[in-house]
Amino acid sequence: MATWDWQVFCKDTIDGKIVPGCFGGSGDTTYLDWLLSAWGWTLSVSLLALLVALALGALMGILRTTPHRGLVLLGNAWTELFRNIPLLVQIFLWYHVVPALIPPLRGVPSFILVVLGLGLFTSARISEQVRAGIQSLAGGQRMAGLAMGFTLPQTYRYVLLPMAFRIIIPPLTSESMNIIKNSSVAFAVSISELTLFALQAQEETSRGIEVYLAVTGLYFISAFAINRAMLFVENRMRVPGMIGGGT
Amino acid sequence: MPMIEMKNVSKWYGEFRVLTECTTQVEKGEVIVVCGPSGSGKSTLIKCVNGLELFQQGDILVNGISVGDTKTNLPKLRARVGMVFQHFELFPHMTITENLSIAQIKVLGRSKDEATERGLKLLERVGLKEQAAKHPGQLSGGQQQRVAIARALSMDPICMLFDEPTSALDPEMINEVLDVMVELAQEGMTMMVVTHEMGFAHKVAHRVVFMDQGKIVEDDKKDAFFGSPRSERAQQFLSKILHH
Repeated sequence: MATWDWQVFCKDTIDGKIVPGCFGGSGDTTYLDWLLSAWGWTLSVSLLALLVALALGALMGILRTTPHRGLVLLGNAWTELFRNIPLLVQIFLWYHVVPALIPPLRGVPSFILVVLGLGLFTSARISEQVRAGIQSLAGGQRMAGLAMGFTLPQTYRYVLLPMAFRIIIPPLTSESMNIIKNSSVAFAVSISELTLFALQAQEETSRGIEVYLAVTGLYFISAFAINRAMLFVENRMRVPGMIGGGT
Repeated sequence: MPMIEMKNVSKWYGEFRVLTECTTQVEKGEVIVVCGPSGSGKSTLIKCVNGLELFQQGDILVNGISVGDTKTNLPKLRARVGMVFQHFELFPHMTITENLSIAQIKVLGRSKDEATERGLKLLERVGLKEQAAKHPGQLSGGQQQRVAIARALSMDPICMLFDEPTSALDPEMINEVLDVMVELAQEGMTMMVVTHEMGFAHKVAHRVVFMDQGKIVEDDKKDAFFGSPRSERAQQFLSKILHH
């Protein structure tokens, strides 16, 4: 096995000298500094995209289960549009095509475009899960809510959604973890996130193994942290007397 | 003015006609039992009364208000019509107390304290006061159905609809639910009950409506219905259901 050189992360990114303490001071940047900043970009893109995806995915999923044909059509069209085009192509569309077609978007930073691209792509998948969750409750709960005098929005708010979201926590967990991993496509439009860091740092240092292992570890930690957080939520939201709910 | 007045109600699912010119009425304080073979349209008919199912022809007036009129505020009308379902349909993520108070608070605008107090009073009435803090999944079917009745009563309904309230219950739990319903009937509640429990019909019904293939075949006083049903279909049905 080749000898590993973890000291590579302590090197200054410009002159390649090892910096004592590994963190560059004023004006200097080590590879460790760069790695951490890249991690920050990865998390920022992911978490913001997740917010967009959850909000729009929930809305579209709900629309698809309403009795109004126009709203169902809108939700269906949204979902099919964003899940039938490869993610990488969507990112390029946001970066190259959309600003050309919609002039006001020309000045928008690519960070925002990536958040939108990744967020909308994932919203289509979440929309599908929300729809499935609501439909799994069958018609009885909806009728029971309406029969109590709730309006349709109240029936969703108090009766359907609290159970539907509990039911879909496991697939939502996967989706939230996916968004961390999928954020790696942001390198394609020059967002300085983990994957772009890995490409550039291994080129400059020729220490591909160390660089990729570090990046892999950070991706794993990030996704796993989301997994644990969602598990905590799942346990907190458990309904007594339901399957797996305990007593 | 009858509490519920049904005039020539017809309903189609696409090409298939599920209800054909159904006409009947329920007077204030009256208990009517709707029976008939499965698939005869009983459940569909009772769900039309509070607009949970739409119908294409005819009209239903509840306390004088038209259910078919698109200008009618259906949530407002439903809030005053209690409904009990075959599968209970309590809200599983809420405690029993919350199940009993949520609609009082959000629909009727009662305060939380007032709603909880009213809910607990009704819970005591159906004999389940000690279950108040539990969730529906922790109760038996019979207990859940009694809570469902209490939940409907919490809205101070002007009439009650029961859609096969004992069909999903184990035999030994049927009576605990029927007892609550008999008590309600004896207190003068206006009730429309879809059920196969002929003992219940015998005991408290004023009239029996018999349905077959989406039509009201027979609509008669209880004694007349059980004594000498006019239609052959009802005779067959009764002989099967009473002698098994």
